[in-house]
Parts: sequence; C-alpha cells; structure tokens
Amino acid sequence: MSTGLPEPTRERDDRLLLDVRGLTVRFPTPDGVVQAVSDVSFQLRRGETLGVVGESGSGKSVSNLAIMGLLNRARTVISGEVEFKGRDLLTLSTDALRTVRGKEIAMVFQDPFACLHPMYRVGAQIAEAVTAHEDVPRERAWARAVELLDHVGIPNATSRARDYPHQFSGGMRQRAMIAMALVHNPDILICDEPTTALDVTVQAQILELIESVKREFDIGVILVTHDLGVVAETANSVMVMYAGRVMEYGPANGIFSRPQHPYAWGLLDSMPSVERRLDALVPIEGSPPSLLTPPSGCPFHPRCPYRFEPCATERPPLEAPNADAHLDACWLPWDKKVQLGLQRAKKVAA
Amino acid sequence: MIFYIARRLIWTIVVVLCVIGITYVVFFKLPAGNPALRFAGKSPTPQELAQVEHRLGLDKPWYVQFGRFAYHFFTGDQYGWPGLGYTYASGASVKSLIFSRAPRTLFLIAGAAVLWLFSGVAIGVISAVRRRTVTDRVAMGFALFGISTPVFWLGLMMLYIFWRQLGWAGGAGYVSPASSPTGFFSHMILPWITLAMLYAAFYARMTRNNLLETLGEDYIRTARAKGLSERRVILKHGLRASLTPIVTMFGMDIALLVGGAVITESVFNLQGLGYLAINSALTQDLPIVAGVVMLAAVAVALMNLIVDILYAFIDPRVRYA
Repeated sequence: MSTGLPEPTRERDDRLLLDVRGLTVRFPTPDGVVQAVSDVSFQLRRGETLGVVGESGSGKSVSNLAIMGLLNRARTVISGEVEFKGRDLLTLSTDALRTVRGKEIAMVFQDPFACLHPMYRVGAQIAEAVTAHEDVPRERAWARAVELLDHVGIPNATSRARDYPHQFSGGMRQRAMIAMALVHNPDILICDEPTTALDVTVQAQILELIESVKREFDIGVILVTHDLGVVAETANSVMVMYAGRVMEYGPANGIFSRPQHPYAWGLLDSMPSVERRLDALVPIEGSPPSLLTPPSGCPFHPRCPYRFEPCATERPPLEAPNADAHLDACWLPWDKKVQLGLQRAKKVAA
Repeated sequence: MIFYIARRLIWTIVVVLCVIGITYVVFFKLPAGNPALRFAGKSPTPQELAQVEHRLGLDKPWYVQFGRFAYHFFTGDQYGWPGLGYTYASGASVKSLIFSRAPRTLFLIAGAAVLWLFSGVAIGVISAVRRRTVTDRVAMGFALFGISTPVFWLGLMMLYIFWRQLGWAGGAGYVSPASSPTGFFSHMILPWITLAMLYAAFYARMTRNNLLETLGEDYIRTARAKGLSERRVILKHGLRASLTPIVTMFGMDIALLVGGAVITESVFNLQGLGYLAINSALTQDLPIVAGVVMLAAVAVALMNLIVDILYAFIDPRVRYA
C-alpha cells in the first residue's frame, strides 16, 4: 500500500515526530455519545507542515486537544495511540503529560483576544511558560520573554513586554502566543486556526512567522484551519476531515492538483479565489451531520452527489486506490474518480 | 492611575455631602414637633423655650442651621471631631457614645469578615474543582444551610451548645480586648462564627460559580497548554479573574454591617452600633440615630472608594477606562 508520502519505516525515519494511530474521541453526554473523532491516523515529521482542514465540528480541533491532553479526562473517552518520541501520550500520567505540554509540544490557539490572561502582563505570561518547565530566576525568565517577543517581531519588546494584552493588537497578541509557544524550543507546534480571528494582511504575516519558525527550529507544525487558502500556502501534507473522520490524506500538491474525494472537491469548489467569480462558487448542499448519530457507511454520503449502493451501508476504508494516488476513504472506482476529476478541472478552467 | 483615584475621591466627597444633607432633612426637619421641646424639660415657659431654641440655633434660618450641622460634622464641635451634637435624653455627646460602641461592632465585623472571606472562598474553590462530586454537594448543602438559617436562631443555638452545654466559649456580653484578651476572644468567637456563616455561604456559592465560569475561558486552556500545574492554573489564573465581583461584594458587605449587624449584636448582647441605633430610634433620640446613619453611610462611601481603587490593581483594564 502506497500512501504517496515517504514510507514511515520507523528504524530509518528519525525525523518522524508524531505517529497517531486510530485516535478516537468520544464525549458521553446525557443525550448520547458524541463521536467527535473516529479512527484518525497520521504522521508528522520534522520540517513538515501538516494542514488539517474541514468544516466546523469535523473533529480537527478536538483531535489536537486530545493529543495535547487538554480534554477533561473525566468526561472524555479517548482511545488509539499517539506515539511521540517513543512514548504513547494517551497513556502518560497527568504529571508526565504536563512535562511534554508547553515544552516539547506547544500550541497556538484561534482567538488571541481570549487566549491571553487579561490581568497579567504579556511578558509575565511568557516568563511563566519559561518557569513552568525550568527552574530559573525570574529575571532570566523575563529576559527570555523579551528576547522571544523581539524574535517574533514585536517592536520595542523591552517596554512592550510590560504591557497588558488589551494594549496589544490582534496580530501582536498572536505573535506573543507564538513567542510563548517557542519558549522551550518545542518539537511540535500545533496551530489551531491561528489566523481565523485576524485581518487578512495580518494573517499572511502570522503564517509567514510560523513558516520561518518551522524552518529555523526544524520542528513539525500541525496547522488546523477551515481556510484552504492558508493550507495551500504553507502545508506540505494535508488531511481532510469530515464528521470526525479522515476523508483524504496526502501530500499538499496531490490534494490540490488531483483531489480524490467528493468532499474535497466540494471544499475546493466552494473556495473563493481571485480568478474565480463569486457566482462560480459551488456550495456543498446540506449541512454537517450530528455527531450524536453520525450517518451509517460513509459519513458524507447524505450530501454526496455521486453516492451509490454501498455508500450508505458500508464504511469505506482509508486507502490509496493505486500506486500513484494518495489515501482517500471513498467507494467510487478509480476510473470514475479520474473521469469526474477531469470534468471538474475543465469546469474550473472555463 | 492618579487621575482615576482623584476622580473616585471627588465622587466619594460628593456622596458624603449628599448623605449629610439627606440625614439632616430626615432627622431634623421632617420629624413633627419642635426639637427644643425635647431639651427644655417638662412644661417649659416660653422664655425657657426661646433660650433653648437660641442655644440650639433653631432661631436661625434653615440654611444656617444646615451649614452649622455640616460644618460641625467636618471640623468638629465642642466634643471634638466629627461633630455630631448631643443626645436629647442626657445631653451627652453623641460622638463619645458612638465611639464607645464602635469598637464592638468593628471587632465583630473584622473577625467575621476574615472568617467568611477565607472559608467562603476556600469552600467555593474546592467545590468548583470537585464539581459534581460528594464534596461539592456537601459544600453546597452547607451553603444552602448558611443562607437559609435565621441569624437569631443560629446565634441562640451556638450559645446553647457551645456555652451552656459544652462550656467551650464565653456567653453573651462584650469583654474589651484591653481588659482581657482571652475573654475577648472567648466572647467574640461565637458571634464571629454566627455572622460569618451566612456570608461564607454566599461567598462559597459566588466563588464556585465565578470560578467555574472562568475555568471555561480560553486563557485557562492557554495556561494548561503551557504545562502549568493544575493547582497553579486554578489558584493563579482562575481565581484571579474570579476575584473582581467578590471584592465588590466584600467591600459592600463590610460597610453595610457597620449599622446592620443588629441581630447578631442583640443575640450576643454586644451593644454595638446597630443596637445603639435601634434603641435610640425607639426612644426617639434622633441625634444618635443620625450619627450612626452618617457613620454607616460614610463607611459605605469609603468602602466603595477602596473597592474602586482595589479594582484598578486587580484588573489593569479598569485603569484605562
């Protein structure tokens, strides 16, 4: 089976950082069990940016929170394996996980307006990240905070470190969050919709910053977003999620030039671009399913224009249809996909 | 920051002035009858009455009277500062009467406040952290008990159990800390607990709810993502943000008790300010009531000022508002 990605033979691949296998997250609620993430597997290597795309509620954020151990264990059922540097993060104790969190795996969140504590100075919040894992005097931690703020492009970092978050603009706050994430030179940076709350011009700067940080520190980046444009600009590989499941997974150029799953087609066709007029946008009909009672078979089948006999009853496995293709979870035969893909390409060109 | 404090300070002075005005009207202009009659003794002659009126300044126009009243309040009268006049009943100084009772009430409030603040917040935090466990239910059960129990009943029960039956604490009455420190504590401990119970219950519930709300905030997730210990996440990041409404309530509660701890004072026979005010109201000795009212009002205004200033230290966003 070819994945279209470099083969992950573990002995040889010392650049492999994260190996997620069969990650499943369930939230028991009074109304039933929310099947937030089902059987998600992927790998992340050093120097790689993995784009995770999907609509709201597709499980992309939840899978990352599960990896970070930020879901309330008492109210969540998590299974699968998350292998990081030879350890399974899902079986680590709370204390052991805390030494990984913020040190080896750091996270940047969506809304920089809400993610910084309003009552502490920005510098103090970054310095706190330093002292959380390192026993250094306060002045050293503060100096490190200033140095990092300067590094991520905050002007006059020495004085701005003494500011409170409300004195920062949105872009500056997100820079501060990135600075906080970089405190211990982590191996993995998880960015959960890092640009969604920001102006377009600022978005580009933040993406650029994340890219430069990735190259400089040789780390792996997981970039969660619903903005395909963001992924197209920065990701090396892309995972398309729907209703808590992986629909398509492969190298970014493969996904964008030869998408294989009808859901990915739908996503791409509903993406505005400069070349495309607004009336040429094709929305995906219907709305995402409830995760309390996800559809049988392929979760996308109720909205899929190409569904046929097995789709409603049998779940398609995530496989590569042939040696040249990447992974997808769809029952459509390969020649049919090629045919539909060609039609789509023509329509886009026209 | 200085401007902020100055602005608050000016407002406090304005409020105190208004309180003096209202107190004057309510206690010295609205009551029917000539106040001079109360001072002049039984069936005075017109000459005696005129003499008393002159002595009290009642022959002057109202604005002169009010001016003197306010002037005395701010600068003091023959009995010292603040000038509150003298009582109808004995002609003694209202100021000395209030000042002799004030320590009892202030000690009562201070001890109870310390108790309820720490126990209330601690119970609230534990309850929030152990949400939906037995601990939480027990704590909230205590809160319900504290809120719904009448103070007079609780006070009497306390006296009965811990003084009469067990003999662990002193009974009713007040012992000044100067004469006997141990006697003071032994007599104050039951009133402190009784008064603190009600408030601790409120504070526990408020802390729990605020903290639970705060713990859902994104910056708490950030704190956890940094790898901070859960203890630090809750006590430093969570509690700090939940503190603002508690500080407000604390300031107000303390101020309101200056004249409002009547029931506790009565049950334990402490004879503090509230007790003094009620007794004087019953005997229509209005200058004393007016004095207590003004003292309580000034306490409210001052606590408001302190709370506002504390706010600026707790929440940096206030400083720039």
